[in-house]
Amino acid sequence: MHSIEATGLVKSYPAPGKSKSNGKGDGNGKARVTALDGLDLTVPSGTIFALLGPNGAGKTTTVNILTTLARPDSGAARVEGIDVLAQPARARTVIGVVAQRSGADPTATGRENLILQGRLYGLDTRTAKARADELLEHFQLTDAARRFVRTYSGGMQRRLDVALGLMHRPKVLFLDEPTTGLDPESRTAMWQEITRLTAVDQMSVLLTTHYMEEADRLANRLAIVDHGRVVAEGEPEQLKGELKGDVIQVELPASADQRQVTGALHTLPAIRDVLVAGRSVSARSDDGAAAVPAVLSALAGAGAPAASVTVARPSLDEVYLRYTGRRYSQNQEETTTTRRPQLTEVSG
Amino acid sequence: MSTTIAYPERVVPTPAGTVLTHTWYLTGRKLHALIRQPWVMAFSVIQPAIWLFLFGALFHKVIDIPGFAAGGSSYLAYLVPGIVAMNAMSGNMWAGMSMIEEIDRGTLNRFLVSPASRIAIMNATVVEQAVSTIVQTLIIVVLGYAGGARYPGGMTGIVMLTLAAVLVGVLWGALSNMTGMLLRSREAIIGVYTFFMLPLMFLSSAFMQPSFMPSWMQAIAARNPLNWEVQIGRSVLSASPDWPAVAVRCGGLLALAALCVAISVTTFRSYAKNV
Repeated sequence: MHSIEATGLVKSYPAPGKSKSNGKGDGNGKARVTALDGLDLTVPSGTIFALLGPNGAGKTTTVNILTTLARPDSGAARVEGIDVLAQPARARTVIGVVAQRSGADPTATGRENLILQGRLYGLDTRTAKARADELLEHFQLTDAARRFVRTYSGGMQRRLDVALGLMHRPKVLFLDEPTTGLDPESRTAMWQEITRLTAVDQMSVLLTTHYMEEADRLANRLAIVDHGRVVAEGEPEQLKGELKGDVIQVELPASADQRQVTGALHTLPAIRDVLVAGRSVSARSDDGAAAVPAVLSALAGAGAPAASVTVARPSLDEVYLRYTGRRYSQNQEETTTTRRPQLTEVSG
Repeated sequence: MSTTIAYPERVVPTPAGTVLTHTWYLTGRKLHALIRQPWVMAFSVIQPAIWLFLFGALFHKVIDIPGFAAGGSSYLAYLVPGIVAMNAMSGNMWAGMSMIEEIDRGTLNRFLVSPASRIAIMNATVVEQAVSTIVQTLIIVVLGYAGGARYPGGMTGIVMLTLAAVLVGVLWGALSNMTGMLLRSREAIIGVYTFFMLPLMFLSSAFMQPSFMPSWMQAIAARNPLNWEVQIGRSVLSASPDWPAVAVRCGGLLALAALCVAISVTTFRSYAKNV
């Protein structure tokens, strides 16, 4: 059984003004921006699934469709077996949504926000109160329960948001950029919380993020989204494993001759993709640890004994590079021009 | 480009009980916020109060014009229904602002992805507008009394005055919500407000008896819903209300308010479908 099954999702929005290169004509001469371009997605039950991609890749649009907020131009989507397009009202009862913008009412207390949420999902008053207190304690908000939300810190508000999404014990939880804007400490705490929750409640989580590290830390499976399509999908380790070989990183002494170093390393059969940038050399090898002695002696022979060596498995950043042809950081700037002109969207 | 596929959304009728309980919960949320910020409502009455007392004082001699058929004892008393109408309009012109705020903050979307009844979300807005209009109207009535105005129409008159104010408030609140949802811009709401406010006020009998107006102004005033409310108010506060005329104008306001709410619900639906 799959928690989420989406096939061929297409969604476009009217372009702002007279649009440019990335807009496509819709036949009426009006330019449109394509947010989703045939996105397919399958999330197995009980997994934490990450949608990873830069701003404007289509992550939030995907979440909006799956949570019944937006309707696709074409395609189909099921959540827990319920067709979200034909039966949105039924779908809403099994999903929990933590959007980028919290939506907690700042003029009410945290507890009041939770109780109202519970009642809207059909909990009776007593159950709603009990569940609210349970979640407040769980998210270390008990002391702040009766304070107005506008007095909460960013981290506290985000924890309340997640609590709001969990009030009715959803089967599938959508977390849209749960840690964007949080300080590193709150972020780590949030990660631990998400991991713990899913272990206890056996629910599926669809998480969108533009942090590589977040996807790597949290997700059992992930999909890389680029220009409205899924370009790679699998377990993080499996995706990284597809990039054959480890990365060997060597720090050279200041006196090293770059050309000599490159020449020496090229003679080693186990080593490929040698790249020298200043005093730092990176190379790839199928078995990094085994290749290190040969690398060290070759460098010593070239008159450039290594100052330090590290061997690393490929990172998600490299997975991203391979599937999209771009470095992740580069992308963050480039794609901002294709963002939809919607107030509801912060990023993604 | 893909072809657009129309998905028949199976409309599962929300049980009437759910609509009512959700309206109750969501209205409770809004009224809580209102009660916690009483100064917001108080401040919004300051402007009408200034109009009431400054205009009342500045033009107190108007009442001496031959042919001025003021039922009350002073020009200030003549002004009360006009200021009530003005407040009902101006107070609710800002409803769209809070709608934009709820969209920006994500609150509206949070309700839309929940099983909350769609009708209840709109109902809560309308009830909130009605409640704040009632409170503000009563404040103006009391201020007028303190300033020397007397209301021969008694309690019945005041209740009818308030009811008419609520209708006008709901009408403008719905228009403002629609502007907010469609244009998502606070500036647009301010623009609409300043465009309509003063012309509609001066093209009504709020400050001046219609028989003293040029004929073209009288023609517009007769079709101005804000003027209907002023006329209703003035009639019901007088010693001998013209009930048939009041009923006709109330009917007109009711129809317009229902129309505006219906349009704003449509706007709301299209927002919900195209986030």
